[in-house]
Amino acid sequence: MDMTKTVAPPPQAELPPEAPKGSSGTKGSATHRGDRIFSGLTKGSGITLLVIMAAIAAFLTWRSINALSVNEGNFFTTFDWNANADPPVFGIAVLAFGTVVSSVIAMALAVPVAVGIALFISHYAPRKLASPLAYVIDLLAAVPSIVYGLWGALFLVPHLSGLYFWLDDYFGWTGVFAYDGGAARSLFTVGIVLAIMILPIVTNVSREVFLQVPRMHEEAALALGATRWEVIRMSVLPFGRSGVISASMLGLGRALGETMAVATVLSPSFLINPSLLNPGGGTFAQNIAAGFNEAGDIGRDALIASGLVLFVITLVVNGGARMIIARRKEYSGANA
Amino acid sequence: MKLQRTNRLRALTVGALAVTSALVLTACGSDDNTSQGGDSPSKADAGDVACKGEGNLLASGSSAQKNAVDAWVQAYQEACTSTKVNYNPTGSGAGIQEFLQGKTAFAGSDSALKPDEVEASAKVCKDGGKAINLPMVGGPVALGYNLAGVEDLVLDAETLAKIFDSKISQWDDEAIQELNPDADLPSTKIQAFHRSDESGTTDNFTTYLKDAAPDAWPYEPAKAWAAKGGQSANGSAGVATNVKQTNGAIGYFELSYATGNEIPTVQLDTGAGEPVEATVENSSNGIAAGKIVGTDGDLAMELDYTTKEAGAYPIILVTYEIACDSGNDPETLEAMKSFLTYAASEDGQNQLAEIGYAPIPDEVITKVREKVSTLS
Repeated sequence: MDMTKTVAPPPQAELPPEAPKGSSGTKGSATHRGDRIFSGLTKGSGITLLVIMAAIAAFLTWRSINALSVNEGNFFTTFDWNANADPPVFGIAVLAFGTVVSSVIAMALAVPVAVGIALFISHYAPRKLASPLAYVIDLLAAVPSIVYGLWGALFLVPHLSGLYFWLDDYFGWTGVFAYDGGAARSLFTVGIVLAIMILPIVTNVSREVFLQVPRMHEEAALALGATRWEVIRMSVLPFGRSGVISASMLGLGRALGETMAVATVLSPSFLINPSLLNPGGGTFAQNIAAGFNEAGDIGRDALIASGLVLFVITLVVNGGARMIIARRKEYSGANA
Repeated sequence: MKLQRTNRLRALTVGALAVTSALVLTACGSDDNTSQGGDSPSKADAGDVACKGEGNLLASGSSAQKNAVDAWVQAYQEACTSTKVNYNPTGSGAGIQEFLQGKTAFAGSDSALKPDEVEASAKVCKDGGKAINLPMVGGPVALGYNLAGVEDLVLDAETLAKIFDSKISQWDDEAIQELNPDADLPSTKIQAFHRSDESGTTDNFTTYLKDAAPDAWPYEPAKAWAAKGGQSANGSAGVATNVKQTNGAIGYFELSYATGNEIPTVQLDTGAGEPVEATVENSSNGIAAGKIVGTDGDLAMELDYTTKEAGAYPIILVTYEIACDSGNDPETLEAMKSFLTYAASEDGQNQLAEIGYAPIPDEVITKVREKVSTLS
């Protein structure tokens, strides 16, 4: 402590005169060289990231063109994937539907629970309980996806038919929850497994954000006579909203791209089943994993083309989330 | 700061996960065979192996014959240390591609080469040689079922076709009852499982349906499942696992998966007097009902899926080794010949039966032996 106090003044005194010289480039002191190297490194990392993204996009596009040019079906509307047949016929309609629907189900199930857990850990739980609980959530993130897949396929699926029959009884008339009693290897089951998989990341990031809420905001609310719930509603949630959205997007990214768990749990087929409880459907990543081994040249490029679509969907989703966050920022008090 | 720390932690866990999941995956991959221990292949006969050549012998292709090739490799390797045989079960399509690019000495495939693939082989087979199919391994495709209280289920091609096309949806359907007059069939919903990935097993099974029940099976046979509806799962292991745990399920997979998982198999009413069980012996009889259709040294087979011979099981997978008839890479030629000679030998074929594959019947395998000895 004393050291910093005594050492700190000299640089403060010396720096101002030096700074303009350094920036004019006539004299390179050690700190300046370090600065430049460091800024060069960070800039380099940033550029590398952009180059990698561009390279991935270019690779996907380049390989996709091979397959798309010989596709006899409509790439966006065909309900079939016979990319190795002659002539190849394939389309991503089923995959796009399955990917989006299973991820949306996962989000709908996971985000409310995750926010609840995060609020509990950050605002309700006694300290003794909060840190072990946070630790357990971290553990959940450490389970490999194939384990979730096997658990889903071997344990969850045989135990879900009861719930599905119940849903069918009460909500079957909607068509979305119709269930005919087969093994429950459906998009909804996939959504449940995905929800558990994305729970830790959404929870962790939300918790960090809730912990960042300025103490003053909460105390101000308390001073106005707010209850615990009102404090959360008036100061914590508005402050954390953009953070929760980012957290959800991280989770959504994982759900969209999840492969092994989906491939193990789902019973894929190339039709769009109006009922989410009956087997059928497919996702991009699952289809690539299942089709890659036996694919010929065109088949492989077709799978890469579907990968490109997933890439674009992810970009769009992330872009959308950024826009929401940008728009919310002014209301959230994050810049207060 | 905290975020950064969790990120580092996450990076660490990712590494650990990669290892764990790789382990889990390997475990999944190898649970298929019957209890064949690593050392069961007859060591005593290893003396039959004629070792020739040296260096690395690379091959890749069909995963359906992986266990067969592994057993051969092990026995061969015990006798011959100068050659290192490496078979990579990448799938038939990839195996043929690699062979045609000259990356491997021979390929394994579930189906015979297509004419354009034979044409393309002129590139790797020097001096006017071409690629030929050598049938080496047979395998019965069994229909496993899970139906509480029902044993010795008998089905025929037409009923099977209707079941897998979702035309018959309950186990107590009249057509099934007729074939099993003594069975007390429940009204359980039928859940027919097929492969979600492309596979030679699907190709063979649907070819059988198409040939033996053309009226009931409107789809063209292909590696990808053509019918809509029903349940699907990834890989034979996935189908077998699901059939095992789902009451009312039926699915098709190589016999070894049925024995390995203790799943009862359907007996086929082929029109022979007695229903035929899926056994190694019956499928060798089934292969014998087929004939060689390859010409000019090629030994591609056409199977007779409609055979009515007693004790001939008709749903069979024949896998080939694919090599050049002449103009093979001189560096690996001797090693390849000596390995394939062993595979086609009596000893090599007998090993197959122990691990759930069917040996190729005598009249065909003799031709294979002759052909292998003339490879150049």
